Amino acid sequence: MVRVDGSGTSSLIKVRGLDKKYYRGGEEIHVLQELNLDVDAGDFVAFMGPSGSGKTTLLNLLGGLDVPSAGSISVAGDEITSMSRSSLTEWRARHVGFIFQMYNLIPVLTAFQNVELPLLLTRLSKSQRRQHVETALNVVGLGDRMHHYPRQLSGGQEQRVTIARAIVSDPTFLLCDEPTGDLDRKSADEIMHLILTLVKQYKKTVLMVTHDPVVAQRADVTLHLEKGVLVEGSLERVMSGGAQ
Amino acid sequence: MKYADLLLANLFRKKLRLTLTIGSFAVALMLFGFLAVVREAFAGGVAIAGADRLVVINRTSIIQPLPLSYMDKISRIQGVKGVTHANWFGGVYQDERNFFAQFAIEPTSWKEMYPEFKIPDEQWNNFLKDRQGAIAGAATAKRFGWKVGDRIPIKGTFLPGVWEFNLDGIYQGTRAADDETQFWFQWDLFEEKVPERYKGNVGWYTVRVTNPDFSAQVAKAIDAEFANSPYETRTDTEKAFAAGWVKQFGNIEFLILTIGAVVFFTLLLVTGNTMATSVRERTGELAVLKAVGYSDTFVLMLVLIESLVIAGVGGVIGLLLAKGFTLLGDPTHGMLPFFFLPAKAMVVGLIAAMLVGIASGIVPAVGAMRLRVVNALRRV
Amino acid sequence: MAIPVIYNLRSVKERWVSAIVAVLGIAGTVGVFVAMLSLAKGFKATLVSSGAPDNAMVRRAGSTSEMDSSVTLDQVKILEDAPGVAHGPNGPMVTSEIVVIAPFPMRSTGTDANVQIRGVSSRTLDVRRHVKIIQGRMFEPGLSELVVGRNATNTYSGLTLGNSVKFGGGTWRVVGIFDAGGSAFDSEVWCDARVLNQIYHRPENVFQSVTVHLNSYGDFQKFKDSVIADPRLTADVSREVEYYDKQSRTLTVLITTLGGIVAVIMGIGAVFGALNTMYSAVAERSREIATLRALGFGEGPVVVSFTIEALLISLVGGILGCIAVLPLNGLTTGAMNWQTFSHLAFAFKITPPLLVEGVIFALLMGFLGGIFPAIRAARQPVAPALRGL
Repeated sequence: MVRVDGSGTSSLIKVRGLDKKYYRGGEEIHVLQELNLDVDAGDFVAFMGPSGSGKTTLLNLLGGLDVPSAGSISVAGDEITSMSRSSLTEWRARHVGFIFQMYNLIPVLTAFQNVELPLLLTRLSKSQRRQHVETALNVVGLGDRMHHYPRQLSGGQEQRVTIARAIVSDPTFLLCDEPTGDLDRKSADEIMHLILTLVKQYKKTVLMVTHDPVVAQRADVTLHLEKGVLVEGSLERVMSGGAQ
Repeated sequence: MKYADLLLANLFRKKLRLTLTIGSFAVALMLFGFLAVVREAFAGGVAIAGADRLVVINRTSIIQPLPLSYMDKISRIQGVKGVTHANWFGGVYQDERNFFAQFAIEPTSWKEMYPEFKIPDEQWNNFLKDRQGAIAGAATAKRFGWKVGDRIPIKGTFLPGVWEFNLDGIYQGTRAADDETQFWFQWDLFEEKVPERYKGNVGWYTVRVTNPDFSAQVAKAIDAEFANSPYETRTDTEKAFAAGWVKQFGNIEFLILTIGAVVFFTLLLVTGNTMATSVRERTGELAVLKAVGYSDTFVLMLVLIESLVIAGVGGVIGLLLAKGFTLLGDPTHGMLPFFFLPAKAMVVGLIAAMLVGIASGIVPAVGAMRLRVVNALRRV
Repeated sequence: MAIPVIYNLRSVKERWVSAIVAVLGIAGTVGVFVAMLSLAKGFKATLVSSGAPDNAMVRRAGSTSEMDSSVTLDQVKILEDAPGVAHGPNGPMVTSEIVVIAPFPMRSTGTDANVQIRGVSSRTLDVRRHVKIIQGRMFEPGLSELVVGRNATNTYSGLTLGNSVKFGGGTWRVVGIFDAGGSAFDSEVWCDARVLNQIYHRPENVFQSVTVHLNSYGDFQKFKDSVIADPRLTADVSREVEYYDKQSRTLTVLITTLGGIVAVIMGIGAVFGALNTMYSAVAERSREIATLRALGFGEGPVVVSFTIEALLISLVGGILGCIAVLPLNGLTTGAMNWQTFSHLAFAFKITPPLLVEGVIFALLMGFLGGIFPAIRAARQPVAPALRGL
């Protein structure tokens, strides 16, 4: 169950009073203000909002890529706002799967090697790693393209490899920042179908930022970022452009 | 190492650029090797100079002779273990440009004085019996294609006539640095053939002392013996003599150091720029690596190790090329008696290459380390 | 139609860091190249300027240099009467000389170096007309007096005016300093040949060489013919300038060979650096190149354009390298003359032709570093580049 009023107790992801300010050109921009969020395991949440509203900032904070000005974020009981940089790095490796809009894959490595990357940080043996990688690639339907280089794959296939990499170490949740942003409609649909499979079949928790309402519709819940806080959205509100 | 794939894949990202950068290192180190060879060629004599040997020359001028009668007197001075003498011949073999040192020697005492030169007993014995005999160094023999038994004609310069010698043997040095270009023949023949006014003279004496710690005292004693005579002497340790000789050549060290500095500085710039460009191209990927859980330190090391691998491979290639070049022989046709690359120089060169590798990689590496994922991916 | 050069200039300005790197690489190479060649040229010039075009030198037939030659007093007298020899108020302009070397401590290192000591006749200044006594006076014949060359007095300690030095078992007084116009003589010490013969236990009336001043440049052949024909003289005759030219050869060849090898290796390195810069320039600008092609500029103009860019960079590098080493011009240094084993002071000599050679070398490196990337730029497929792939 997803809540934005700070009333959750046993959620997987618990955010309280999240505040983020940064400075641009001498001005202080208060992008997130006293934001609350509760997400349970297996939830699929979409975040929408005008550009500059802070949705990527929120995602970065949730993923331990950035540090808030105030507030707390706890994931599976771990309070990540008080972790050191190196602990955060380790935490990320174990708990978060990232899917960005671009730059995801290292062009000089094959699909297999790209997916293997997170596993190199673990103590798994070479054959164990191979097993996990093959499994992940099969889940995303690219078992036959394991040794292709990114340039030999289409945009949609590249994103699928990214997704395989994001799930290969079985993270606590997945963070997607505009995962379909660069893709044509057909590929975008394939990716969304895959993500839904991950949620429904593999019980993954997914937090996704998007500007595309069609994509957002696939999620269980859509939250709008307005004036630094999250508001639950309905279809009418979205269609009428109320959030703008 | 399990990260090898990542490292190698990144190195080979742009093969041409990799080749050119390794090539830059190879070129710089080849030049370094060449400069080390030149330096060794000029200063090498100093290093191999006998620790227990002294050189006695005429005080007035090195080109003035000393009387043969001094031999006995010198050998009786306290602290002297052995004495030999030699004369500079300075002849021309075929062409003035075919330079090599020729000495008229006293064979038995000479061989004892210079144990670093080895020659087969049979050849040496033939030489001893042959008044017109000669021994040549392996390098000179190879240069002119001489074989034992050949007849070698050498035209005298300040001594008239064409002198013919039988090549009875070829000597070799025992250390890489030894001079294998000399040509020795019998002083007896020399004495017989020189005009009357030159007879009874030697060019210089070489003295072996019983204890090198007392070299200075023995040298003083020798000079004192002949002070105020028509042929005053000047005695130095072989090392000091060689060092003084080198200093006269001119400021070779400075020249070499300057060129070396220019070369390494340029190398640093070129490779630094290349590494910086290569890291800049990968900002997005490096950010993703960090997002996925690779530490800042990891990324720093990734870039640094790339740089070191390039430096190491390029450095080794360059040094090997320089070594190979020395095997082709002296390009100045005999002006440099030593032409080889000392092992110590190769080690120094490799270390220098690695240092340049670190220096050129450190700035982009630190930049990569400091990269904030949020900033790098903001470019979307 | 050609791509405007302003495009190249602006592009270079944009990527100035890479460009500077290539420029410095080329500048360094050109600098070393010019410096080494100017060292060789300076050495040669110093020696060659020792000779006057209307002087001739006579040595024993077959000798390779002064040091292994001998000419007797009787032969000198014959030469004085030879056709073509100029005569002056002091008699025939003929000087019979010997050269020896003696060790003196160098000011710079404190260790000894061999100085060339020339025993001359009293008429030597008539023959060597570019030599002038600038301080003190000429030595008195028969006395142990020295006149010291300008460079010698600066290079060695103790050879100053009024000082006494010991060598050869005798004490000598320095009575004059001479200026020999930047030639090898400036590094020499002169004294009376007869006194020197005595000191060095040489036969009294035997000299090593005779140098004569001719009536005119053209009289050389006449003089030479008469000397060769005379059975009492077994001599070689050469113009003084030719003699010194030959003398300079050994060290000049050495410096030029070693310097050439260094320059070539550095040049290869500079070309690699230029290639790196240009290839990455082409890669970074692939979209612009594609745009230019789409606009109608053909492959040829693209090749020309990038090559010109490389040439511009290397031109700057070459000029910079030349400017950087210009201060060396005239800087005095010393080396051993391998022919005489004596120390010789000489100056770096950078001539305009040498600078031009340096710049041409730079352009050559730039061309090699630019032509291949230029061809790659031209051959790049247009459409994919426009799409930004």
